[in-house]
Amino acid sequence: MTTKNGGSAAKGGALLLVVVIAVLFPQVFPNPAVTNYGVLTLIFVTCATAWNIFSGNTGYISLGQAVFYGSGAYAMGIAARDWHLEGTAVFALLPLSAAVGALTAVPFGLIALRVRRHTFIVITIAVFFIFQLMAFNFWFTGGSSGLDSPFLSWPAASYNTPFYYIALACAAGSVLIAWLVRRSRFGLQLRAIRDDEDRARGLGVRAMRVKLSAFAISGAVTAMIGAVWFYYINQVEPQTGFDPLFDLTLVLMAFLGGYGSVSGPVLGALIIEPLSLWMNTQPAFSGSLSEVFLGAIFLLVVLFMPRGIIPTGGELITKIRTRGRPAVVPATTTGPASAPPSAPFSSGPPVSSGGAR
Amino acid sequence: MTALLRTEGITKDYGGVRALNGATVAVEEGTVAGLIGPNGSGKTTLFNVITGYERPDAGEVWFGDRAITRLAPDKVFAAGIGRTFQLTRIFPRLTVTENMLIAAQARDRPGNLLAWFGRDAWSQHRRRALELLEFLGIERHAGLLAGSLSYGQRKLLELAYVLVADPAVILLDEPAGGVNPTLVNLIADRIRLLNAQQGKTFLIVEHNMEFVMGLCSTVTVLESGAAVVSGPADVVRTDKRVLDAYLGADPDEEAAPDEGNAPGREEGR
Repeated sequence: MTTKNGGSAAKGGALLLVVVIAVLFPQVFPNPAVTNYGVLTLIFVTCATAWNIFSGNTGYISLGQAVFYGSGAYAMGIAARDWHLEGTAVFALLPLSAAVGALTAVPFGLIALRVRRHTFIVITIAVFFIFQLMAFNFWFTGGSSGLDSPFLSWPAASYNTPFYYIALACAAGSVLIAWLVRRSRFGLQLRAIRDDEDRARGLGVRAMRVKLSAFAISGAVTAMIGAVWFYYINQVEPQTGFDPLFDLTLVLMAFLGGYGSVSGPVLGALIIEPLSLWMNTQPAFSGSLSEVFLGAIFLLVVLFMPRGIIPTGGELITKIRTRGRPAVVPATTTGPASAPPSAPFSSGPPVSSGGAR
Repeated sequence: MTALLRTEGITKDYGGVRALNGATVAVEEGTVAGLIGPNGSGKTTLFNVITGYERPDAGEVWFGDRAITRLAPDKVFAAGIGRTFQLTRIFPRLTVTENMLIAAQARDRPGNLLAWFGRDAWSQHRRRALELLEFLGIERHAGLLAGSLSYGQRKLLELAYVLVADPAVILLDEPAGGVNPTLVNLIADRIRLLNAQQGKTFLIVEHNMEFVMGLCSTVTVLESGAAVVSGPADVVRTDKRVLDAYLGADPDEEAAPDEGNAPGREEGR
């Protein structure tokens, strides 16, 4: 009990520290080149967490999150252009982008969620390319040159700071949703689907409805942060809004940090996005060398640490703490003390330790 | 006499293979019924049809006076029919308690959205889950990952979480398959208790004839996808067609372990 309390106190302290650092960051480093790192990293924290809400819990690996990201960006761009919105009023469109993401997720999910595993992944990629092609070809999306965002008359020196706090609010909201889902009965149903979907259906879990809800939540969050990204970098093109590397980056972040846990994708994004931005500024990584490098990291993670930093690190800590004694009480059957009422047995069944695993 | 669960002329083809050929089986309320037959005779397929995992090509499934033939598995479970699988299926990366809680929501769907994200409403389900784990003797493992349980304990867990939602009928697919004799006795005893004290209705597929004959009041024999004999256990036991089906088909059964998951424990003969 004491270790448990100590553990949660340590967790609470760490969380508080992260929040304080995140809030003070632009005050301590007001340099726009540094806050730019902060804004883009927080955008990816949000996206990786949103990916994890659906894919991490259900085990359905989506490579189509860019569909939501781009749709959110385009929704804001089109609405701001057609309704002649300018300045900070454009931020009022964020809920619209979220709604577009959720609404996009419904038909997308109704098609893709009928199939599982590899087929699901292939369909998400196909839908992604359909959206990119639509962005190129529709009359209202600006074709290959895309859309420009409305002008913001903020001073250049502190331009990034409001965006930093908006992205921070989105990241915090996203993590909060992920945490709520994780501990709820909704999250339990998602994880039951991950372990054995057919068995879960046989226990009354309405699988399609549950999966679709998670997909829509993930889509809404991703679309909203896509809109923030669009206003921040001032433009969206079909190749940047619907970027194939976007989804691979999210998957790398989630796998590196710890797929399925709440903190894992956050940690992954905090490592990968600054690294990626830094590599883009280095002549040594010019061309596509930075992508080759990230691909190599992905391979190493999948080969040597497939469960990610958080679960693997957690196990390591448990191992060090409990050195010399067994970490987990082996699963043996009940002792003689617990005879159920009106049962003629005085002891539980002696199940052999060599049972099927 | 009306049966609580009844299949009428169920036919199911897989490509050119006819797995079920007009299977008609009835289970009276409050009884423990057995379903036996050689491997490949369609027992598991019939379970899949009843519980909505397979759609029959012809025939109807009746639950009381309600046709449930084309309901999805979650609807069948919500209607009050629970089942276990031959290859025991639990959720290995969830804890034993979490496994138990999945089934609880079939009975208790919260009306407001917040309850889906809340945790407090679960305390009563947790208590009931623990009671059932105690009933089956695995409450000590409540906090462990289900994947760390032994095969026999998984069988008990699967039975326990089906019971959580309090189904009227429970279909057990080889509850005694691949587990040691002590555990077989425990499972048989618990089935008897549930039947006697709570009036639960069971339909049991099992190869262990001692188990079936000791537990079931009526037995139906399935052969080549059709019910050939049905009646009280001691009458069926001596029926010539049953002896033919079982003893005659024995060498084939040894040679074709396609249905079994564990080393075959054919006993009681």
